[in-house]
Amino acid sequence: MPATAVKIPSPSYLVERTTLANGVRVVVAPDRGAPVIAVAVYYDVGIRSEPRGRTGFAHLFEHLMFQGSATLEKLAHFRYVQASGGIFNGSTHLDYTNYFETLPSNALERALFLEGDRMRSPRITEESLANQIAVVEEEIRVNVLNRPYGNFPWLSLPPVMFDTFPNAHNGYGDFVDLESATVDDAASFFDRYYAPANAVLCVAGDLDVDETLAMVERHFGDIPAREAPARPDFPEPDLSAPRYAREVDPLAPTPAVALAWRVPDPLADLAAYLPYVVLAEVLTDGDASRLRKRMVQGDRIVTSLSGYLGFMGDAFDVRDPTALLLQAHHPTAVGVDRVIGAIDEELRRLADGGLDRGELARVKARIAAHLLRQVEPVLGRTLMMATMEQQRGRAELAGELPALIAAVAESDVVTAAAQLTPERRAVLELAPGAGA
Amino acid sequence: MTADLGSVPPLTAPRKLRRFTVAERILDTGLRVLVVRRTAVPLVELRLRVPFSGRAASHSAKASVLSDTLLSGTYERSAVDVAIAVQEVGGSLNVGTDSDRLLVSGNALATGLPRLLEVLAEVLTAAAYPADEVAGERDRLLERLRMARSQPGVIAREALLHRMYGDHPYAREIPESEAVAGVTPAQLRSLHRSRMLPAGSTLVLVGDVSPQRALDRVEAALSGWDSVGRAQTTPRLPRIEPGPVVLVDRPEAVQSNIRVGGPAARRDDVEYPAMQLANLVFAGYFSSRLVENLREEKGYTYSPHCTIDHSTAGSVLDLEADVATGVTAPALLEIRYELGRIATLPVGPDELDNARQYAIGTLALSTSTQAGLASTLTALLASGLGPDWLREHPVRLGAVTVDDVQRQAARFLAPSRLVTVVVGDAAAVRPALSTLDEVSAG
Repeated sequence: MPATAVKIPSPSYLVERTTLANGVRVVVAPDRGAPVIAVAVYYDVGIRSEPRGRTGFAHLFEHLMFQGSATLEKLAHFRYVQASGGIFNGSTHLDYTNYFETLPSNALERALFLEGDRMRSPRITEESLANQIAVVEEEIRVNVLNRPYGNFPWLSLPPVMFDTFPNAHNGYGDFVDLESATVDDAASFFDRYYAPANAVLCVAGDLDVDETLAMVERHFGDIPAREAPARPDFPEPDLSAPRYAREVDPLAPTPAVALAWRVPDPLADLAAYLPYVVLAEVLTDGDASRLRKRMVQGDRIVTSLSGYLGFMGDAFDVRDPTALLLQAHHPTAVGVDRVIGAIDEELRRLADGGLDRGELARVKARIAAHLLRQVEPVLGRTLMMATMEQQRGRAELAGELPALIAAVAESDVVTAAAQLTPERRAVLELAPGAGA
Repeated sequence: MTADLGSVPPLTAPRKLRRFTVAERILDTGLRVLVVRRTAVPLVELRLRVPFSGRAASHSAKASVLSDTLLSGTYERSAVDVAIAVQEVGGSLNVGTDSDRLLVSGNALATGLPRLLEVLAEVLTAAAYPADEVAGERDRLLERLRMARSQPGVIAREALLHRMYGDHPYAREIPESEAVAGVTPAQLRSLHRSRMLPAGSTLVLVGDVSPQRALDRVEAALSGWDSVGRAQTTPRLPRIEPGPVVLVDRPEAVQSNIRVGGPAARRDDVEYPAMQLANLVFAGYFSSRLVENLREEKGYTYSPHCTIDHSTAGSVLDLEADVATGVTAPALLEIRYELGRIATLPVGPDELDNARQYAIGTLALSTSTQAGLASTLTALLASGLGPDWLREHPVRLGAVTVDDVQRQAARFLAPSRLVTVVVGDAAAVRPALSTLDEVSAG
């Protein structure tokens, strides 16, 4: 088979945008392909904005947004969505918190009402707060405390790499902090961060733009304006010396290791950032990738391996500072130094020797397919558009990314590989604490 | 719903789902091929399902290693060359097994379909199972099994399967490490020859492709996959006998993993729509009784849910709730209360309508993507159903009455007919559990 490069498709989506008088930024993206719509509201506050003593608060607050409003009692929100044939969720990230639903298109106005309603006046009571603290603690138990590798490395590596509280702290939260949260804390958090002017509303799918904009005005237009908080930066200098930490996971039967390097600011310099996105895939995507070929199939020193951008695994929804991560699980008999040594060798080989013929083209093709798959569902496209609009003022990037990836130059990927040196690296070693 | 309906906008008239056309061909080899054109993005999704059950105790071990090494090289190409060929067209191929089947899932840029089929044909007809690659994958699988068996969810899954199925092959869904360690390349080649058969298998393609041309391409690419043989049938499921709560000790666990299982209506059972709705009202979605009770009232758990799993030999109910250690017995009490309530009292008309709309709406959502439609069609074919089911099932859901739900709830959700497994800190949870039921050590 000849190594001919395939043409990389890049869809273009029609996007209409407006800003309401109270500051809500609105994006509407019609697509009549299927009778489905999605609605997403993104608030520009995340884990990094939590105050000291309130770790986990952004996530706890996300739960509270489902507990009813001045108009609707507890449980009503998700019943209205599900009884309309839809699904819903919310999620808390380093730099934002989102709420979303996807439904048959005949429920569009209902969905807009539900989001406007809780932007206006969520109902937060002592009872619902106590209940959701308990629920969040069970969430943390099921995902972290009762599960081997549960905090690895998304919660355990940031404090190795970063020094400041916003970047380093545990975003799921300490139980002491969670249990000391009050209704007043929630009210002031809402007042400050859930101002209309701090939100992006994205609506996509089977809709008419003008009708939709009228509905948006109906359900969001009269929410009183509040000043949007100044969005803080959370800068930290790059590492000037390697960092290393070791933690014992009492539930884990076998060891693991994670490595991270700072990468360029994804917002300020997208062109400098994209080569790292490509590099992560060159290193770890599929059996033809550099590190899998060498370490999984060749040396057989690791049992699994992954590489990605952003501690929460999404390259395109984080602001600076962020990182490229590599993580591997390896047998106890293989020393961690051997694992790290092989990674270093392969990075040097790439930095010195460049890419193989056809290697860059096939990796780009795979990234493009992956991105297209992400935006195929109306909901996936809505979420990506909302992120892009909130952080970059450009929802259209949801369709344009494959073309931008296709334009990344080989020399930039090689230069990026040369930056992943031991001197700039944070390493977290996970030692198994469970009996063999 | 008791909120002020006056303020909540009503639903408008639903827009009809776009009909889709299924192009179908059964090749001379017996392979059944379905193609659906979906053009939202220029990709194509592929699912090849091969019946792959086995009665031998070592079968799941062999099937798992085979699945991990199917793409590890052919008589023409190395493992890396297989991966390169697929990646060049933006593609990926993955292989997995369970107790019923082997499934090759893949996708690629739509222009890469010929390449994807070419590679697929090559691994089906010429997978080499090189000794060195088999040894590597076998060792990796052993490590992964060790990690998997440290996960409480996996421990609970195995305990429930064992409790429900005893010696049936379904109890061995996750292979035993000892059996995996003994698997040889010769066994894999033999298993491939005798069991990787086009007859009885299905290939589903959904994407931005021309259906007739895609069928022709499949026929041209896969006509050489012509092994002949007979798939093994799955033994009948044993009757699930109720009994004591099985308690599996996980010292110092901060949560208990409660699992409740039992038989369920098959997807082709005329009563399935009513059973599906009964389960939704009980614990099948977020707006269910169990979520309201255990999570939103009591804060015992994050995400309790009950699903209906469809396997070839029969469908099963699978309830999962991971609860704080200190409330293990109270949580089980509430689960049994909600089971008993739905088995003995009629559901409210609103509850039924909400569940019905959810079932209809989410079926449309889940089949609105290329990947979702490809997976759903594959599952339907495996249940002996066809694409028409997607149109007919919502109609049947629409006709289900409160009485129908009550009958199916009494038949399948009665707590006296179900089995319970708890994985947790036995010393901490046994005393209170023993006040509810007999408890045996797992």
